[in-house]
Amino acid sequence: MNTEIAGIFIMFILVMAFAIPLGKYIGKVYSNEKTWADGLFNPIDKIFYKLGGVNPLKEMNWKQHLLALLTMNLVWFLFSMFVLMNMSWLPLNPDNNPSMSADLAFNTTISFISNTNLQHYSGETAMSYFGQLTVMLFQFISAGCGMAMAAFVFFAMKEKTTDKLGNYYFFFIRSCTRILLPLALIAAILFAFNGVPMTFKGKDTITSLQGDTVQVSRGPVAGFVAIKQLGTNGGGFFGPNSAHPLENPSYFTNIIQTIYILLIPVALIFTMGYILKRRKLAWVIFGVMLTGFLLLLIPTIINEMNGNMAITKMGITQPMGSMEGKEVRFGSGASAYWVVNTTCTSNGSVNAMHDSLTPLSGMFAMLGMMVNSLFGGVGVGFLNFYIFIILAVFISGLMVGRTPEFLGKKIEAREMKIAMIIALLHPLLILTGTAISSYLYAHNPTAYASWLSNPGYHGFSEMLYEYTSSSANNGSGFGGLGNNVPFWNISCGIVMLLARYLPIIGPVAIAGILANKKYIPESAGTLKTDTGTFGLMVFAVIVIVAALSFFPALALGPIAEHFSIH
Amino acid sequence: MKENIFPAIKITFIALLFFSGIYTLIVLGIAQFVPNKGEGTVIKENGKTYYSNVGQKFTDDKYFWSRPSAVDYNAASAGASNKGPTNPEYLAQVQARIDTFLKHNPGVKKEDIPSDLVTASGSGLDPHISVQAADIQIDRIAKIRGIAAANIKQLVLSNTERPLLGFLGTERINVLKLNLALDNLK
Repeated sequence: MNTEIAGIFIMFILVMAFAIPLGKYIGKVYSNEKTWADGLFNPIDKIFYKLGGVNPLKEMNWKQHLLALLTMNLVWFLFSMFVLMNMSWLPLNPDNNPSMSADLAFNTTISFISNTNLQHYSGETAMSYFGQLTVMLFQFISAGCGMAMAAFVFFAMKEKTTDKLGNYYFFFIRSCTRILLPLALIAAILFAFNGVPMTFKGKDTITSLQGDTVQVSRGPVAGFVAIKQLGTNGGGFFGPNSAHPLENPSYFTNIIQTIYILLIPVALIFTMGYILKRRKLAWVIFGVMLTGFLLLLIPTIINEMNGNMAITKMGITQPMGSMEGKEVRFGSGASAYWVVNTTCTSNGSVNAMHDSLTPLSGMFAMLGMMVNSLFGGVGVGFLNFYIFIILAVFISGLMVGRTPEFLGKKIEAREMKIAMIIALLHPLLILTGTAISSYLYAHNPTAYASWLSNPGYHGFSEMLYEYTSSSANNGSGFGGLGNNVPFWNISCGIVMLLARYLPIIGPVAIAGILANKKYIPESAGTLKTDTGTFGLMVFAVIVIVAALSFFPALALGPIAEHFSIH
Repeated sequence: MKENIFPAIKITFIALLFFSGIYTLIVLGIAQFVPNKGEGTVIKENGKTYYSNVGQKFTDDKYFWSRPSAVDYNAASAGASNKGPTNPEYLAQVQARIDTFLKHNPGVKKEDIPSDLVTASGSGLDPHISVQAADIQIDRIAKIRGIAAANIKQLVLSNTERPLLGFLGTERINVLKLNLALDNLK
């Protein structure tokens, strides 16, 4: 077998091998069951509870959960704005990098607290080490927030009637200390031993073999990269993210980094199965997600490994596939695999430049983010999928003439309204944003010439991708977009803000409302949700609601570009 | 709101100490046991220091060329071209690179040029080229240095990095290491 394809198989098999036991461990952590690591973590968590002044055993209803989460995120916003706008005089700035402008700080702050990590700057020149460590904090705790909300929804899905559903601080702190921290530490150490720098020294100046003087940026990279991969964050230490040879030096580090993208999103499905004791439902959900994932993955790998048709026409050979924006040590196979991993999960880190992908691969990358629930971001991916489940239950209920029920709870008008608003929010934000920016550009191409680095269909794709990535809280980009200007900083900031918090509030509200309803035991008339038929139904809803809303826009961008060279 | 705001501030502060501070210090402490103390993997040769993972610009005919770079191998501001696959300006640039290569390597046929040698990498610092990209440069270097092509081919073979565990990923050549070995071949 081709060694590049073999690498892809190994990476996926390793994800499954680690994610299933990890899912069970996470289930135990949230259920407050005994684990082998209690001796180490109980004292650490106690510090948080005690100094933070919270009682982790106080049960909260869904509104209290959301209030605690939103208040905490507001504190992060203010703290991050302060740090990013004052980096120049704060400590740990050996390269004398400047503070950020207000609009860039606004964009970067929202980007990191919303687990997006869209970056309109390059780390080497726009961040002090103190700034990097601050945004690294958000990589931990924004991921912790998402996981805490997923935990809430898992417990709300149980077969009982209650409005007391665990404690926000308990879920949040445990997510950070018992799940994210140890996993990040393992990866960081492996990275440090495989050539990723971990130092507080500034740039080094060397003379190359050919005699050029070169400066080499360094920094505390190993620790940063570990959590950016693990928490579906994706914000790179250096500008080119994991394509940079100091951020991702070898095929081995690339395997670990790729595994870490999918690890927690997959594990959380099995956590749900563990907490609800419904393993079959977990496998049905996994199956739906995997089907969508493979439908995006396989053509992307084929497209990238076959190379760029426009280059083929020049008469040279492409034994490694399309290599613009890619690194030889990964090859186009592992790069294409990463593309689909990072866009399906809202991670957004890259090891190849998405702007230079062949047109259809660029489209599959966008589709992953447009669906945004094929595994999805840590915690929030499941919340998005939950919305699709609710829609599918309702539609199937109508089709067979039964009262729509999900896990013994009746789904009524109020829940459906919330689910529809959340499902439509994503296309609304993406398409409105793209429409406004296209209008501005089309009516004044000279004034906005700096926006687009590629003409025609591809230029349109650059704008569509930017809003898709913002609204999916993904953070990858078509890097050619000249996005560090107030228009993009502010509009993407607003999109990220709405697209982060509303899709958390919606599913949490639905789950909270359902949990409080009367439990109806399963009978012959119940719609079974842990079957292949229901899985197919959810899949159809995803295709109809998510994918088809975007088809016209995709036809104007990547599809048109594809046919211009074929 | 009031019952949430103080815990939020306090927990954020503790998390800052814990995840930005203690976590970083643990990794930094362990990195002290890494060769070169976590400051990057280096090669020391003839009193000079090179970062083995960071690609360098090689455009002299006497060296194996590295890949084109959108940032001219500036390791303090790395980056890619971000050119779309159908951009005419980009395609013209690739064509120009092909022409330049053919001019400097007269014996090479166009259809033997692998695309990694005429396209820019993602980081602009790619330390590697493909084996085919090295092979088609052997004749040029042999002629300029007055060394038998077979000896240089031998060098290329011994500098070829195999896929991980022999079956995972790509075969590649670190251009810096190959050129250092070339300079030592007398």
